[in-house]
Amino acid sequence: MNQLKLKKTEWVTEQSISLEFLPKEPIIPLRQNVPLDSNHKILIVIPSFNEEASIGQVIREVKENVPETPILVVNDGSVDRTAQIAEECGARVISLPYNSGYGVALQTGYIYALKHNYSLVVQMDADGQHDPTSIQDLLRAVINSDADVIIGSRFLGQDTYRISIARRIGMFVFGKLASLFCQQRVSDPTSGFQAIKGKAIDLIASDHYPPDYPDADFLIMLNRYGFKTREIPVKMHPSKINKSMHDGSQSIYYVFKMFLSIFVTLLRKKPRI
Amino acid sequence: MPPRIRIIAILICIFLVAYVFELVRRRHLNEEYSMGWLVAGSMMLMLSISEGLLVSISNLVGATLFTSTLFFFGLVFLVTICLHFSIRISSLTNQVRTLTQHMGILHSEKQSLEEQVQLNSLGQNPSKLEKL
Repeated sequence: MNQLKLKKTEWVTEQSISLEFLPKEPIIPLRQNVPLDSNHKILIVIPSFNEEASIGQVIREVKENVPETPILVVNDGSVDRTAQIAEECGARVISLPYNSGYGVALQTGYIYALKHNYSLVVQMDADGQHDPTSIQDLLRAVINSDADVIIGSRFLGQDTYRISIARRIGMFVFGKLASLFCQQRVSDPTSGFQAIKGKAIDLIASDHYPPDYPDADFLIMLNRYGFKTREIPVKMHPSKINKSMHDGSQSIYYVFKMFLSIFVTLLRKKPRI
Repeated sequence: MPPRIRIIAILICIFLVAYVFELVRRRHLNEEYSMGWLVAGSMMLMLSISEGLLVSISNLVGATLFTSTLFFFGLVFLVTICLHFSIRISSLTNQVRTLTQHMGILHSEKQSLEEQVQLNSLGQNPSKLEKL
């Protein structure tokens, strides 16, 4: 495929309510009554691992908000009834034979999307953190702008999202790094609520994608590869079961991996996708 | 170097090289992975047998004890082999990950096709299923 052209990135940001350290920027209205472009083949990708308590509700709410849009649940080696519940709720399910991690499950959804010629993918979590009412906002933003990736930020909207001090520090540091290297403000570098279209799907389905924790390093990678990214406010709820893939002993590896990944991403040549 | 430690070093190196050959013969070790061990064992054997070579290299690296030279090069070989294995494990991990993903997708598509065939045989319209 052709080498991706370097493009100028463009971000739309809004005033932060919950994070005081972020600089204040003008609010740009995002809720517009723009009809969704029917030319796009849209897929909702939901990676899930042992989410039997929430997956059914998430799928039902997604169907209410974006009816007729296929939902793909990537069951990441769950040992509970996640896959059965997702199938019963009408989602297509891809079951990985063992737990491979969030990034691998997510990438599987993108490989599927690429294989079946989906031109637009919305990714969201299965634990109910990401409010499906924001999917329409993500879709409108990605369809009606020249951005390749729309990131749903929990810190740009009206809701105040509570996180621990450790995570807040981590998000601050990696948000600043992402902002520095992307040359635009990144308020939520760990958000997994995104809408992605076009060649960016090819990038995620390729070997260039960081499969461990695709966060700030992925945003920097997108920027270096010439993709346009943009943040919009979305509704997010704190996880009911209060677990995170960035907590516990994993957090030490996460910090190490993220610094290393950002460093080597900056050293790498721009690849051919 | 004291004769006793030299004899022990020679015996260990001979045992290592012979054992690697035996593992390859029994197909417990691939030729690809035997090379590092054979090179390391042979080099250590040469250093243990040839006192002149050991003296020259000890003078070159500034080692006061000849045994230190043996340990030093043994450690260098082990680090090199470990690094090589880390590279191979990374490559294998990526390959297993890709296989896992494609296996999951293919399994899902197979199930979908089976459902379509089943519905077709029953004369029902499989319109609810996504076309593959």
